[in-house]
Amino acid sequence: MLSRLQFAVATYFHFLFVPLTLGLSILVAIMETRYVQTSEHEYKRMAKFWGKLLVINFVLGVVTGITLEFQFGTNWSRYSKYVGDIFGSLLAIEATVAFFLESTFLGVWIFGWKKLSPKAHAVCIWLVAGASNFSAYWILVANSWMQHPVGYVIRNGRAELDNFLAVVTQPYAVFMFLHTVSGAYILAGFFVMGICAYHLLRNREVQFFKKSFAMAATFTVIFALAQIVIGDFHGREMAKAQPTKAAAAESVWNTTKGAPMYLLVIPDEENERNSVELFGIPKLLSLVATGDKDGEYKGLKEWPKEERPPVAATFWSFRLMVGLGFLLALISVIAWLKRHKVENSRQLLRLMMFAIPLPYLASELGWTVTEIGRQPWIVYGMMKTSDAASSVSGAQVGISLTAFVILYTLLGIGCFYLIAKFARKGPEPVQ
Amino acid sequence: MLETIWFVLWGVLWAVYFMLDGFDLGLGTLAPFIASNDVDRRVIYNSMGPFWDGNEVWLITAGGVTFAAFPTTYAVMFSALYTPLLLLLFALIVRGVSLEFRSKLEAQGWRKLWDVCHFLGSFVPALLLGVAFANIFKGIPIDGEGIFHGNLLTLLNPYGLLGGILFVLLFLVHGALWLAIKAEGPLEERAARAAGTIWWVLLAVAALFLIASWFATDLYKNYFTYPALWIIVLITLAALVGTRVFITTGARWKAWFSSGVTIVGATLFGVAGLYPNLFPSSMDPAYSLTVFNSSSSPLTLKIMLVVALTFVPIVAAYQVWSYYTFRHKVTESDLASEEAY
Repeated sequence: MLSRLQFAVATYFHFLFVPLTLGLSILVAIMETRYVQTSEHEYKRMAKFWGKLLVINFVLGVVTGITLEFQFGTNWSRYSKYVGDIFGSLLAIEATVAFFLESTFLGVWIFGWKKLSPKAHAVCIWLVAGASNFSAYWILVANSWMQHPVGYVIRNGRAELDNFLAVVTQPYAVFMFLHTVSGAYILAGFFVMGICAYHLLRNREVQFFKKSFAMAATFTVIFALAQIVIGDFHGREMAKAQPTKAAAAESVWNTTKGAPMYLLVIPDEENERNSVELFGIPKLLSLVATGDKDGEYKGLKEWPKEERPPVAATFWSFRLMVGLGFLLALISVIAWLKRHKVENSRQLLRLMMFAIPLPYLASELGWTVTEIGRQPWIVYGMMKTSDAASSVSGAQVGISLTAFVILYTLLGIGCFYLIAKFARKGPEPVQ
Repeated sequence: MLETIWFVLWGVLWAVYFMLDGFDLGLGTLAPFIASNDVDRRVIYNSMGPFWDGNEVWLITAGGVTFAAFPTTYAVMFSALYTPLLLLLFALIVRGVSLEFRSKLEAQGWRKLWDVCHFLGSFVPALLLGVAFANIFKGIPIDGEGIFHGNLLTLLNPYGLLGGILFVLLFLVHGALWLAIKAEGPLEERAARAAGTIWWVLLAVAALFLIASWFATDLYKNYFTYPALWIIVLITLAALVGTRVFITTGARWKAWFSSGVTIVGATLFGVAGLYPNLFPSSMDPAYSLTVFNSSSSPLTLKIMLVVALTFVPIVAAYQVWSYYTFRHKVTESDLASEEAY
């Protein structure tokens, strides 16, 4: 139990930093490319300013990522032993083909402004952006395998690899990747727009921040709208592969054909029903989940209690995430439409500033659905979480968990402080 | 056969990690004793600035490869070494963050705080990695289920501590030489002198470690079965002596390469003696985890071998390129640039 809590702390914290890295690295790469193409100094200043925030954020993503990899061994040794043949190799491949690339070239990029030609320097940031996203793919392939194990055989008392391609290319992983990175791009877009809004409200560096805003707005609106479609595809894939998670996410208790979607639901886990079900739209749930308005939606009662995930946590996280997704899409459309005269819309600017935390919340909620919704399994249908932990003493884990919480809180505060400071300071003045 | 190839790769990955991050960790440990002002400190931070992150990925890869190729060893090793490993992680987290955060603000207190963090984040990993590996060479009290019977103090036995001190000294010499390459003026001189002085201590501890290994471990058994392995010891000793020679002649890069070879050799000396064990049990040899009883399936080993043989050389090539790009000394104009640490 403590190990679960520790892993949750480590994952939530890690994912505070990763999505910004994934999205902002691409935005910075686009800015620097524009600089190489146009030789306009403004673009270089943009790449440098946003790049500085990227770098501060990046380092926390890196150091907290190592912890996650090692925790499989320290806290989940029975899991590691059982699935290491597949899961371990995915992590090792991630490090070899992607993580080396992003770490090495980020170092070159930070220190190479004067050592490399502008073109070569821009290539470096593209390598960082590409490798970060490629790295995410491998990690999500590994996570997808926990959600929907494929390409394996049970042999020698463990899961062994049988079909590598099936593992690496399964649709679950592809949609999960698209869903995760789109979310990350939206988050990065809102981050940039929010900081631009802060400065535009104070009439500082108006040209600089308008340009950044417009770029981020276009970037964000594409992925915020695409996310609606991608999210649906990912949801369908999930409903197919993990019916218990899907049932909990919508809090459906009885298997229904042509299931309606209720806009307001309050689950009542104890009595295996919903205490409130209001504003139903007939057949919509089946349509969204199966593509057929009369399709069957499995209810939680199909499974014994001990095989169901915590319904309330899964349901509320899912609802809130989807709600935020639509809200963010709406805001990003408005921001995009007004991007050329955004400095005049004070209210929109204020909204953008306060919207920065929303995609963060949506991302963390998404992971809550993914991980809590998979329970009681660590590998869906194959291995229970309760069978996966190491036999280390509770006291040991208690101490390390406390240390994690303290260290991460301090680092989080430090990082937030630095990013806020440099974000408020604005770009270096033109020489 | 596949298992043995992976054993060699496993040893090499750890050795390369120690060689590369060795100078960062050593220099971080040395920093408070050699830097006399803030400029000195910034030279030290910037001398490892472009590299430390890429170096640390070798650790992630070494860990990942342990997981992928020998999952049972990974599971048992990491849970048995729970406390030291988490200490190592905390230290490395603090180290990475201190590099990035330290010079971002001018405030004295802020910089001092991260200087302390950087020292601890460098010294603790150097020591713990040495302690952990010496204990692995010696054997760890694990039972047939892979459950660890002991605590942190079990690992801090004399041989384990000797291994820890050996690692710290190897890294100190390596780091001091790196600083001698990257710094200018008095700091450069001090660094070169420090490398020369610490070298003598290293020599004494290395000799002691070789002797202690005879009594505390079974490492030498393989050396008598396969006498060709003695070449590892010979090369390592030659590199150790070479380091000293090059320090004297002022050939800094050659000295640094020699100390790198020494670190690789020292690691491989132990790893070669370990074979076929990966994680020997001190309770009963029957409980030891070997390359054969803890490896992945042949298919996974094959796929991973293709990936490793394709990508590790590519990684090595672009990392060499990055070292070449930043081969120059850290100058004042480097420190003045906006991105500098």
